[in-house]
Amino acid sequence: MNNFNTLYNLVTGPLVWLTFLVFIGGSVYKIRQLFSLVNNKEKFIYSYMSLKFSLRSLAHWVVPFATVNWRKHPVMTVMTFLFHFCLVLMPLFLTAHVTIIHEAWGIRWVTLPDGIADTMTMIVIAGALFFLIRRFTLREVRYLSVASDYVLVAIVAAPFVTGFLAYHHILNYQLMLILHILSGEIMLMAIPFTRFSHMLYAIFTRTYIGSEFGSVRHARDW
Amino acid sequence: MTNPSENKKPMVLDEGLEKGAAKLTQDRIEKTIKQVLEGETGARFKAYVETCVHCGLCSDACHVYLSLDRDPKYSPAGKVKRTIGEIIKRNGKVDAQFIKEASVVASTECNLCKRCAMYCPFGIDTAYMMLIVRRICHKLGVTPLYIQDTAHSHAATMNQMWVKEDEWIDTLQWQEEDAREEIPNLRIPLDKVGADIMYSVIAPEPKFQPHLIYDMAIIMNTAGINWTMPSEPGWDNSDMAMFTGDNELCARLKKEHFDLAARLKVKKIVMGECGHAFRSVYDVGNRMLGWRMHPFNTIHAIEFYYDLLKTGKIKIREKYKKSVTLHDPCNVSRGRGLHDKARWVINQICEDFTEMYPNREHNYCCNAGGGVVNCGPPYKIKRVTSNRVKAEQVAKTGAEILITPCHNCHSGMDDILAYYNIEMHTKFICEIINEVMVKPEEA
Ligand code: SF4
Ligand code: SF4
Repeated sequence: MNNFNTLYNLVTGPLVWLTFLVFIGGSVYKIRQLFSLVNNKEKFIYSYMSLKFSLRSLAHWVVPFATVNWRKHPVMTVMTFLFHFCLVLMPLFLTAHVTIIHEAWGIRWVTLPDGIADTMTMIVIAGALFFLIRRFTLREVRYLSVASDYVLVAIVAAPFVTGFLAYHHILNYQLMLILHILSGEIMLMAIPFTRFSHMLYAIFTRTYIGSEFGSVRHARDW
Repeated sequence: MTNPSENKKPMVLDEGLEKGAAKLTQDRIEKTIKQVLEGETGARFKAYVETCVHCGLCSDACHVYLSLDRDPKYSPAGKVKRTIGEIIKRNGKVDAQFIKEASVVASTECNLCKRCAMYCPFGIDTAYMMLIVRRICHKLGVTPLYIQDTAHSHAATMNQMWVKEDEWIDTLQWQEEDAREEIPNLRIPLDKVGADIMYSVIAPEPKFQPHLIYDMAIIMNTAGINWTMPSEPGWDNSDMAMFTGDNELCARLKKEHFDLAARLKVKKIVMGECGHAFRSVYDVGNRMLGWRMHPFNTIHAIEFYYDLLKTGKIKIREKYKKSVTLHDPCNVSRGRGLHDKARWVINQICEDFTEMYPNREHNYCCNAGGGVVNCGPPYKIKRVTSNRVKAEQVAKTGAEILITPCHNCHSGMDDILAYYNIEMHTKFICEIINEVMVKPEEA
């Protein structure tokens, strides 16, 4: 019991601060690093950026089935969108999370009904499984996969699996709760320093190619 | 599974690669890679390397992958993995054998067609990554022999085909003379200062297809255009240097071309039916020289024909009868969005036009582009077998004539049609226009 308490205090105390520091600090660092590269070596990029064509490109790629390639892979498309949608929104609007923040800082916002949050959790887990199976079974994906790709799937699934188990009181609740918090922290800290950083860079790569296609190539990029 | 050396098929013998690789030292390889990656790349390279989630969604974009039974090593990301990926993994400590093989991957298995950039959800530009590999190979002197020869020709003569200055002028005068049989007072005005249009072509035209200059002369004279062709070096708008990774030479070539237009004080450059040359002038060479866009108003022949037909400067006597289809050259469709104008022009001059699918920006490359055809005979079989999808796509149209307004596409498609026994003939747009338009004596 005591050990659990110490661990619990650790993951909900100092580690939380460390997580935010690494996640936010790391993300800012990564984006700044990218911009300093642009500024020092590829300043011309700014002259090609176009708001209109950036938005045109984004608008197509953030809508399921709005691009040729999304239409070519319907299952992947549905899973990709559901997975990312639930992955980002569920934790932000989960009642338990909002309550913790409210207790700590006195601010709160709308929350998801627990049933919906539960379903979204299962979608994330199913999505992670889908990506894993895809990695094993599709030749063109398996060829590209490296060990870290599998580890990343595990890292992203862990907080959701443990959260699900804790919520439903399957296995040891306290242990699951601690593992849930810890794995959530690991995931956040991994974002800036692994391929999860596509979360930070996607908008730049997408809008850049969108601008090039729109204003120079006069062609669609979807 | 990551080394190009695991490519099971025997490697073709390419003296340029063999001799170049034999001269390499480990130190030189490592220094060069470091110099290129640290000195010449920036945010794009970093973002592409770090953002790629290895999802494989770009695979379906690539005709090479699709044609070679979906072998994953030929997918866009697969090619990055076998080259840049390995270099990064081994921290630049790769050997001469690796460089040789990386050169084969980047120069002969990717056409820099950028179709994959339209299929990757992040818009990762694999063509750019392959150009970085070519750049490293260029700096190491390990470039396929045939294309390097064209680059040498560019460097020595400012044209791609070792065409001597008198041969060039001779060819123009010869075409002028021939065309006078049709239009007695026809001129191909040389170096006419202040002309509205400077017409430029690629060096293979005077070398192998002078009749295309003939066709254009007929069109220009019929339309009553105030035009000129330059006699001095810089007349060739082609550019193999941008494909070998010789950026400096690419810049020299384009400077010569733009300077020539400036000296002639023309209003506009019209380029013949070539895709890569257009890319060089419109999108690459200008950047090498520090221009955001091309410093001279430059249009591709498609746009020129479009304008001539729209404004009624040329009129059609009777539409072309044979059934035609159109292969969209990447560099003017995905590279410049001229696909709809091309269709408009073709529908004006041809009776029976059938689409091939996919088309427009989504066309499959001919597999000759990006300098691949210029890597020469050693890679010819590989080039045609790795574009089976194109053959199937073209055959399905059942057309008699395959129109494609690009020289590389012509060579590539001719080889494909022959290899797959497809009864179809390639044509440039100007050849058809010349056949169907109203000429002065008939006017
Ligand atoms: S050939 Fe075209 S589609 Fe294939 S990898 Fe190269 S740029 Fe991408
Ligand atoms: S380049 Fe894009 S589509 Fe291809 S594997 Fe990487 S992220 Fe996926």
